[in-house]
Amino acid sequence: MKHTITILVENRFGVLSRVSGLFSGRGFNIESLTVGETEDPAVSRMTIVTRGDDKIVEQINKQLNKLIDVIKVRDVTAEEFVDRELMLVKVSATEKNRAEILRITDIFRGRIVDVSPKAYTIEVTGSDGKIDAFLEIIKPLGLKEVARTGKIALSRGSKMLTEKNNKDKNNGR
Amino acid sequence: MKLSGAQIFVESLLKEGVDLIFGYPGGAVLPLYDALYKSKLKHLRVRHEQGAVHMADGYSRATGRCGICVVTSGPGATNTVTGIANAYMDSIPLLVFTGQVNVEMIGNDAFQEADIIGITRPCTKHSFLVRDVRDLAKTIKEGLYIATTGKPGPVLIDLPKNVLLATADFSYPKSVSIRSYHPTYEGHPAQIKKAFQAIKSASKPVLYIGGGMITANAGKELYKFAMKTKIPVTTTLMGMGAFPSDNAISLGMLGMHGTYSANMAVHETDLLLALGSRFDDRVTGKLDQFSPSSKVVHVDIDPGSIGKNVSADIPVVGDLLDIMKKLNQHVQKDKTGWKEKHKDWLTQIAEWKKRYPLKYKPAKKDGKIKPQQVIEAIDEFAKDKSPIYSTEVGQAQMWAAQFLSFTEPRTFLSSGGLGTMGFGFPAALGAQAADQKRLVICIAGDGSIQMNIQELATAIENGLNVKVAILNNGTLGMVRQWQEFFHGKRYSSSIMPNYPDFVKLAEAYGAVGLRATKTSEVKSVIKKGLSVNKPVFMEFVCDPSENVFPMVPAGKTVKDMMLA
Repeated sequence: MKHTITILVENRFGVLSRVSGLFSGRGFNIESLTVGETEDPAVSRMTIVTRGDDKIVEQINKQLNKLIDVIKVRDVTAEEFVDRELMLVKVSATEKNRAEILRITDIFRGRIVDVSPKAYTIEVTGSDGKIDAFLEIIKPLGLKEVARTGKIALSRGSKMLTEKNNKDKNNGR
Repeated sequence: MKLSGAQIFVESLLKEGVDLIFGYPGGAVLPLYDALYKSKLKHLRVRHEQGAVHMADGYSRATGRCGICVVTSGPGATNTVTGIANAYMDSIPLLVFTGQVNVEMIGNDAFQEADIIGITRPCTKHSFLVRDVRDLAKTIKEGLYIATTGKPGPVLIDLPKNVLLATADFSYPKSVSIRSYHPTYEGHPAQIKKAFQAIKSASKPVLYIGGGMITANAGKELYKFAMKTKIPVTTTLMGMGAFPSDNAISLGMLGMHGTYSANMAVHETDLLLALGSRFDDRVTGKLDQFSPSSKVVHVDIDPGSIGKNVSADIPVVGDLLDIMKKLNQHVQKDKTGWKEKHKDWLTQIAEWKKRYPLKYKPAKKDGKIKPQQVIEAIDEFAKDKSPIYSTEVGQAQMWAAQFLSFTEPRTFLSSGGLGTMGFGFPAALGAQAADQKRLVICIAGDGSIQMNIQELATAIENGLNVKVAILNNGTLGMVRQWQEFFHGKRYSSSIMPNYPDFVKLAEAYGAVGLRATKTSEVKSVIKKGLSVNKPVFMEFVCDPSENVFPMVPAGKTVKDMMLA
């Protein structure tokens, strides 16, 4: 099953390689990994999408928690969360398909961010389902190149990852 | 007053009460060795950096303190990798200082540059690159704290040369606080209570003790607990010494080369109490048939160990000393008649022990020496001198675990997880350096001893009078055994001609060399070897066809156990 794990880490040299090295060294899979600074410049947030049964995901959580630079780990899969991914797509534009591309982009609430005589570059934001659907529809029209950011996620409501009532790292059981 | 980075290194370790470090100098750490010159910090110079790490490791296993070593950049640093991985697998606290090229040269492929932080990332608990001399004292404090607390492990601190030369005001931090690192020490009371209830309702419980019991210094509490509840005890290789091996309820080691009684007990038990052990594949064999009808209580300070291989019915995270104390409180308040409750179970165990004890065919009087007999003879002579044993890896290691007797923790230093040939001899030197008066014996094979034999010079130079028993069977015994059983007796690369002459080699270094080639000579060699006040190589020319039994082949079950 697919899991979305959000992690707060110290914003330090080498932390990304500790996290990614843990995944490769223990044979865990990474579908996507994003990392960026948070409201506190000393802290970065990573969002990792991974696949595995309960036992594997439990191990992923525990092993991540063992890394000294990891402040907080949370598997948000089972709770309410908002997730987004950004994609840039380059599509060949011809006389025939220009209107169709614009129409589809509009339906998906995408934006054309670059226009040239032979190609459009489109920006689409959304859940991975939406992004995949857009790709499927745009493909036959002459898809040339795709760049995806990978998923970022936040829990819904006022709950924050840094809050005390969240399951503490290395908690008692 | 401003101190150089190198002086801060020395002063920080002195503030921590460090009495001994192991190391080898080189270009990048010249400033550091300059600061060590005539300093109060005792430094033991080795012959190879791998030796330094294993010595620090052996020192740590024997004393419980953090082992510390220092090496230069590049090849000095890369030579430590096996030693670091070894300590990581066995959760031994080490602080490894590596030299590094100047900060601004990092990444330029400078002379003797290696990305040692990158190379060791998967086998250290944590690592630091010190880029500013003002961070050095704090980094040493944090490094020591991380290495020695929670689940211990090796920590590497990379020291660029210009950081060692730069100066800063020195003040050593009194305390450490790392916001992302808070090991759990206290076991959850409700979980401990649940565990105790399970113990009360079990009829065939077994204590399965790992190295965590020794790390936690909880041997005395374990003894109290086991003796009161009459629950039989089996230990892993890493757990040897946590419980007296001659006790009636001791089952010895379990697993691939464990005793029949230990493996049967674990197979038949209805409650497996895994305390500081991690269900390693050398213990479990085929996982889905391991201890098939038991409930599992798993106590470990590392939540990651729990549920990794075997899922636990009652997990308890915390420090074993705390948890054993609390379990003992439960026992004390309880009125269960343990002896009566476990009567049938103990009768069954006694029968297993009697029916299939560890055994081997003794040699004829002037026949080839049996390696097991050498171990038994060493045990006989050394028993009442409270020896520390270290082992190399392979057949000799397994026979040592099987035939030596243990009465206290931190007396059996063996490479458990990584299985590092070349560990035993330097580890013995590390233990000897911690206590020069103690009897320290290394049980080695002729293969393993040659992997760090250069450290004999370190032994001579520093008066580390370690006694090394070399069970020389002219083969890489464990490899040969597997080839005999599983590879059609094709002894590919496992037969080693009898080079070197270990007696002459010992003498060349200025040590004492003794040799026994016949059964009748074994005892006199041991007697003489143990009484000499020098490092000794005792070579026993052994029967090369001897195998380690019992044996549960890899990935098999107790039912496939091969007996002698």
